[in-house]
Amino acid sequence: MSEQIRGEWPLYEVFVRGKRGLNHVHVGSLHASDDALALRHARDVYTRRNEGVSIWVVRSTDITASSPSEKDPLFAPSGDKVYRHPTFYEIPDNVPHM
Amino acid sequence: MSDVQTHEPDDHESAYSGLLVNDAHWAFGTDFEDPLAGVDTTVPDGVDAKALAAYCLMLGDDALVLSQRLAEWCSNAPDLEEDIALANIALDLLGQARLLLARAAAADPDLVPALPEGSPVPDEDRLAFFRNDAQFRNVRLTELPNGDFAETIARVLLFSTWRLAVFERLSHSRDAVLAAVAAKGAKELTYHRDFAGRWFVTLARGTEESRRRLVHGLGEIWPLWPELFETHDVEHVVAKAGVGVDPAEVAAEVEVVIEQVLAASGVDRPQRGGLAGVQGRKGRDGGHTEHLSRVLTEMQVTARAHPQGQW
Amino acid sequence: MSSAVADHELEAHFDATIEHADRIEPRDWMPDGYRKSLVRQIAQHAHSEIIGMQPEGNWIGRAPSLRRKAILLAKVQDEAGHGLYLYSAAETLGVSRDELTEMLISGKQKYSSIFNYPTLSYTDVGTIGWLVDGAAICNQVPLCRTSFGPYGRAMIRICKEESFHQRQGFELLMTMMRGTDEQRAMVQESVNRFWWPALMMFGPPDEDSTNTEQSMTWGIKTHTNDELRQRFVDMSVPQAKALGVTFPDPELVWNEERGQHDFGQPDWDEFWAVVKGDGPCNAQRIVHRKRAWDEGAWVREAALAFANDSSRKGESA
Repeated sequence: MSEQIRGEWPLYEVFVRGKRGLNHVHVGSLHASDDALALRHARDVYTRRNEGVSIWVVRSTDITASSPSEKDPLFAPSGDKVYRHPTFYEIPDNVPHM
Repeated sequence: MSDVQTHEPDDHESAYSGLLVNDAHWAFGTDFEDPLAGVDTTVPDGVDAKALAAYCLMLGDDALVLSQRLAEWCSNAPDLEEDIALANIALDLLGQARLLLARAAAADPDLVPALPEGSPVPDEDRLAFFRNDAQFRNVRLTELPNGDFAETIARVLLFSTWRLAVFERLSHSRDAVLAAVAAKGAKELTYHRDFAGRWFVTLARGTEESRRRLVHGLGEIWPLWPELFETHDVEHVVAKAGVGVDPAEVAAEVEVVIEQVLAASGVDRPQRGGLAGVQGRKGRDGGHTEHLSRVLTEMQVTARAHPQGQW
Repeated sequence: MSSAVADHELEAHFDATIEHADRIEPRDWMPDGYRKSLVRQIAQHAHSEIIGMQPEGNWIGRAPSLRRKAILLAKVQDEAGHGLYLYSAAETLGVSRDELTEMLISGKQKYSSIFNYPTLSYTDVGTIGWLVDGAAICNQVPLCRTSFGPYGRAMIRICKEESFHQRQGFELLMTMMRGTDEQRAMVQESVNRFWWPALMMFGPPDEDSTNTEQSMTWGIKTHTNDELRQRFVDMSVPQAKALGVTFPDPELVWNEERGQHDFGQPDWDEFWAVVKGDGPCNAQRIVHRKRAWDEGAWVREAALAFANDSSRKGESA
C-alpha cells in the first residue's frame, strides 16, 4: 500500500450478515477514523440503514492474508482471503454470465 | 424497461431490463414501505380534527424544512461517508414529512391549497409547494442556513433529541396514524441523535479548530432552542385530547441528554437567551426568520411553474 | 515460503489466468501496465460517479414533488456509494482515496465528459436517468466480468442500482409525457440536449482510441467503443418510440441489411474540447469538488485526532 497522505482515515473491511443463518460476507471497504465511526459508515454505505443486519468491521491492516502468487503449496488451491474469492459472493440470479 | 423492449438480441439488453428492484437487500431508499398499511385513519372521538391537522402540519413542516436544508449537503460533505449519512437523515425526515402532511390534509381538507380544476397535484405536494412562508408551522431552528459541518451537527443533535422525546410519547397517541408515524420515526431519530451526538463529542475533542467551530455553531443556533419547548395553543389542545404531545413536558428529559453530551464534550452551555418573536409570533404561528422565504422559493419553484403538472 | 519466483513464470501464470477468463485478485502478481491501466480506469469511473452527483444534485432542492425529491436524493446518494465502492476497488491496487481525489482535483485524472454538461431543467434528471445511465449500463454490464476481481464485484452492485436508476428516469419522462403540453415540450428539449453527449460517453471512434487494444487483451475492457455505441443506439430507438420523443439525428435510420441502425456522428470537436477542459461545466465541477474537499479537511483531521486521542487513553470511541 502506498504511504498515507497526512490525515487520511484508515481503511476498513466490512462484513455483513444479511440475515440470520447466513455467514458474514465481505461486502467492501470504507474509510473511518475509528472503529465506531467505521460501524456507522458501514451501516450507511452498505446496508443503507437496513435494520437488523449484523455488521463486522476490521481494519484492513489487521488482516493477515496469504499470497497465492507466491505459490506456496499450503495455500493451493484456495489461495488468498476467502472473502476476496469471486465465488464466495452471492450474485443476484439475474446477472448473467457470472 | 422490459415493456418497451422490442427485441432482445443479446445479454446486454436482458441484463439491462433484468437487473431488478425490490430485493430487500438493496436499500434503494425510494421504495417506501407504507407504515400506515392497515392503520385506522378515522379521527378518534372527541378530537378536534382541525387542531389535529394543524399539529400534523407543525411536525411535518419541521421535518420538511430541515430535510430541505440537510439535502443541501449532498455532494458538499467532508467525505463520501458523511455525504451518505446526511442524505440518509434528510431522507428519513422527508419520509416523516410526507406522512404527516398527508395526515394533515386528510384530517382537515380546508388546509390544502386550491389549484386549478383538474390539477393532479396530490395533497402532500399542495401543502409542501403551494403554501407561503407565513403558512408554514415549523420551528425557526429548522430553517436557518446550515453553517459549517459543526453547526449542522449541533442542530441535528438538538433537533433529533427533542423530536425523539416527542415521538416516543407520540407513539402512544390515541390517533392511530400519528402513533404509527411516531413509532417508525423514533427508530430513525434514535439513529440521527446517535450520529450527531458522536460527531458532537468528536468535534469538541478533536482539534482546536473543530472545537472552536463547534462552540461557535452551537452558540449560533442556541437562541432558537427554547422555542421548541413553548407550548402552542394547538399543542395544548391535542395534548389534552390524548393525540399530541405538550413539548414543555419533554423539556426535562431532553435536558438530561443534552447535558450528558455537553459534559462528555467539555463544552459549556451557551449563555444566550431565546430569540424573540414578532409581536409574540414565532415559527408555530407562521412567524419566521428571513431565511424561510428563500428556502421555499427554491423548493417550490418547479412545482409552482406547473400547477397542472404530473411528476 | 518459497523464494521469489522468476518474473517470466509469474507473467505466464498471469497470462494463463486471463486466458481462462479467471479473475486476477489484488495480491496476485500483475504486470505494471495492467495495474496502471486498471487504476486509471477505475479511478476515472469513480470520479465520474462523484462528479456525477453535481448535475443531478443541482435539482434536489427544486424537485417538483416530495416523492421525486426522495427518489432524486436517494439516487444521488447511491452515486456517492458507487464512487465509494470504486475507490475501494482502486485501493486494493495500492493507491489511496486521498491520492485519487488529489488527482481529480488537480486535473491529472479524468471523469466522464457527460458531467461537464449543465442540467438546465428538472426534466434533465429523467433524461440523465434514461440516456446517461442507460449508456453507462451498456458500458458497465460487461465490466461485471472484467478480469480484476474487486472491480467486477463493485460493478455487480453498481449495475444493479444503475438499472434501477435508469427505470426511474424513464418512468419520470413517461409520467411527464402524460402531463401538460409544456411538460412534453420539456422532455423533447432535454432529450435533444443530451442525445449527442450520451453518444459521446462511449469514447472516441475506435480508430482514435489509444487504450482499447491492450485493455481488451487484458480483459479490462470487453467491447470496443463503437460496438457499445451501436448497441446503445439500437436499444434506445424503440424506447424513444415508446416514450413519444425523437432523437435529433436526421441520419438515424434502421439498416435492414446490417440489422442495426445507421446514425450520425457526434461533434467530435466538441467532444475533444470538453475532454480537454473547455466543456460548459468542467471548471465549475472541479471547483465544487475541491471546495467540498478543502472545506471538509478540518472535519477529517478532527476525527483522526479524536480517534488517536481516545485510543491513547484506551477509551472506546
